[in-house]
Amino acid sequence: MKYLSEYRDPALARALVRRIRHTASRPWVLMEVCGGQTHTIVKQGLDQLLGDAVELIHGPGCPVCVTPLEQIDRALAIASRPEVIFCSFGDMLRVPGSECDLLQIRARGGQIRVVYSPLDAVEIARTTPDREVVFFAVGFETTAPANAMAVWRAHQLGLTNFSLLVSHVTVPPAMTALLDSPDNRVQGFLAAGHVCTVMGWTEYEPIAARYRVPIVVTGFEPLDLLEGIAMAVTQLEEGRAEVENQYVRAVKREGTVPAREQVEAVFQLVDRKWRGIGTIPMSGLGLRPEFVKFDAERRFDVLGVRQEESSECRAGDVLRGRLKPAQCPAFGSRCTPEKPLGAPMVSSEGACAAYYQFGRLRETAGAGA
Amino acid sequence: MAAATLGANLSCAVPHGPGDRVQLGHGSGGKLSAALLKQCFLPHLGNPILAQLGDGAVVSVEAGEVVVSTDSFVVSPLVFPGGDIGSLAVHGSLNDLAMMGAEPRWLTAGFIIEEGLTLAELDRIVQSMGAAARAAGIPVITGDTKVVERGKGDGLFINTTGIGVRYAGARPGPDRACPGDAVLVSGPIGRHGMAIMAARGSLGLEGNLESDSACLWPLVRGLVDQLGDELHVLRDPTRGGIASALNEIAAASRVGVVLEDGLLPIPAEVNAACEMLGLDPLYVANEGIFVVFCPEPLATEALRVLRAQPLGGQAALVGRVVADHPGFVVLETALGAQRVVDLLPGDQLPRIC
Repeated sequence: MKYLSEYRDPALARALVRRIRHTASRPWVLMEVCGGQTHTIVKQGLDQLLGDAVELIHGPGCPVCVTPLEQIDRALAIASRPEVIFCSFGDMLRVPGSECDLLQIRARGGQIRVVYSPLDAVEIARTTPDREVVFFAVGFETTAPANAMAVWRAHQLGLTNFSLLVSHVTVPPAMTALLDSPDNRVQGFLAAGHVCTVMGWTEYEPIAARYRVPIVVTGFEPLDLLEGIAMAVTQLEEGRAEVENQYVRAVKREGTVPAREQVEAVFQLVDRKWRGIGTIPMSGLGLRPEFVKFDAERRFDVLGVRQEESSECRAGDVLRGRLKPAQCPAFGSRCTPEKPLGAPMVSSEGACAAYYQFGRLRETAGAGA
Repeated sequence: MAAATLGANLSCAVPHGPGDRVQLGHGSGGKLSAALLKQCFLPHLGNPILAQLGDGAVVSVEAGEVVVSTDSFVVSPLVFPGGDIGSLAVHGSLNDLAMMGAEPRWLTAGFIIEEGLTLAELDRIVQSMGAAARAAGIPVITGDTKVVERGKGDGLFINTTGIGVRYAGARPGPDRACPGDAVLVSGPIGRHGMAIMAARGSLGLEGNLESDSACLWPLVRGLVDQLGDELHVLRDPTRGGIASALNEIAAASRVGVVLEDGLLPIPAEVNAACEMLGLDPLYVANEGIFVVFCPEPLATEALRVLRAQPLGGQAALVGRVVADHPGFVVLETALGAQRVVDLLPGDQLPRIC
């Protein structure tokens, strides 16, 4: 496919793998921030090809995975209400809450719709004025502009039956929280290309300088990832710690300015709880005071819903790169995509799901050897 | 209904205005039911056996094994590029027979119609069903219609049952895959499922996505004639796509299946739509292709037979059967790594970003 197969060329990929293996004098530890990158790595078997030249730790950049249990419970509480049409991206439907998931709420009669854009939810609100339409705004900076646009549009239309259940998180505070952790092993980052398409990389420059870590803005195709890894390894070998951009076809230093302005007009930084990690100060986006009338948490009074995570689910350790999914005692036995303990086993970007779906043979073979 | 009225309406199967709709009375068994039968179903599906309008159909079978398969069709939208629920309901049951190595002979059809469906749309679908059945040379010999209240159906549900006779020499089964078998597919992957998603209209997908819905028996008969009992497995990868079909075969035969990424015939438009939505074409439904397992030395001959017909023009060798990792389907990526292709826990869900 044009603009896609070029980034999956096997001969070029093998050449990059050779370059990385040749350059790396010791097994460097890199974290790919985004779950989409994790998926490509495991799906294409890039980690197998790299062998022990580089250890890849899977980062917290899966929006479904880091959404805390209590936020899922709030979504379930709102979606169960008879007057509500609850709109969500498909990914969220199977994420388990304390009691059930959105698919089960739908089977019990809840009005739950999968939408592909938050603007679709605004359109449902406009054409269904007798129902409350709620959109589950999950995601990193990548989805924030569209969600901000939805609020802006609802505001322009004067809609009173539209609201947003906001669970937005941002990447840089999560990276510094990881780097501040005493048992941090990460020596370099592959930053999430799509997040940087919106935000640019100026936020990462002080992190690279302060913590002395190379940060390479990286895309999602196999060649993108291998090139990003090669750039990070080269920096580490040369003792540099800079922000570099591998994903030049999509990312500029300043990002996409109109998208950033849209986000800043509607959202502001707030403290946000992350699944398995806890509250990270100023790590999320919340609605600005002038748009608070679109806040579903207030409209449906669910802020009181609090819930602790399952003690058996080690999602926090997986999301922080302390534990490989297959090292979790529950992996593949008490936790499977059919009966997940936590979100990383459900989401298509979740590290546990990626290992379960694509890597199980290796784990089985490894266990048998 | 008076004979004079019937006679006057012979030129038009459904003598109703464009906005006229199915009412509960059309399922009452009374005059409206009779009119619907005579004006819509019989003109399109009619044949001497159906025309007897008995409580059942009587047919004669020569000595041999009779194969019966039933399937229900609930697709939305009812009409989509490349077909509609009517043609799909014909192809679906005929193909299930073909996968058993059975030559299709007859079809039965049950219709559950939601009150409010326009008579024009019903007529169009039954007409398409008749055309598909005639093209396959298979008569619909008995049927049933029911009407449910508005809101209790999705426009139209159709159940069809196919009845066939096992073709001489054919004995394919999901438990007959052997190490050393080649795995072939008869055509490009993922077209039906993506055409349906595009036809639902909410994705803004445009282009040439068209369902592959087709009757597979002519292709299968060619294979059976050439390969006979060496045709180990036939399976049409409908719901759950090729990944699910291969997993079922790997489990039933207790063998491993290895697919090669670079060999899979995935149309560019299917690939593009899947990439955009975060779906995997291996799990997308098909209605006009099948997978074939046969001993590797016969694969070239099987491909030649498939490619001799237009429907099999893009048939391809996609993988092999191994004794390793029984029950697992493994994909060799273009980069030379391997990954498991598992059954999905439920529907594929489009991702966030």
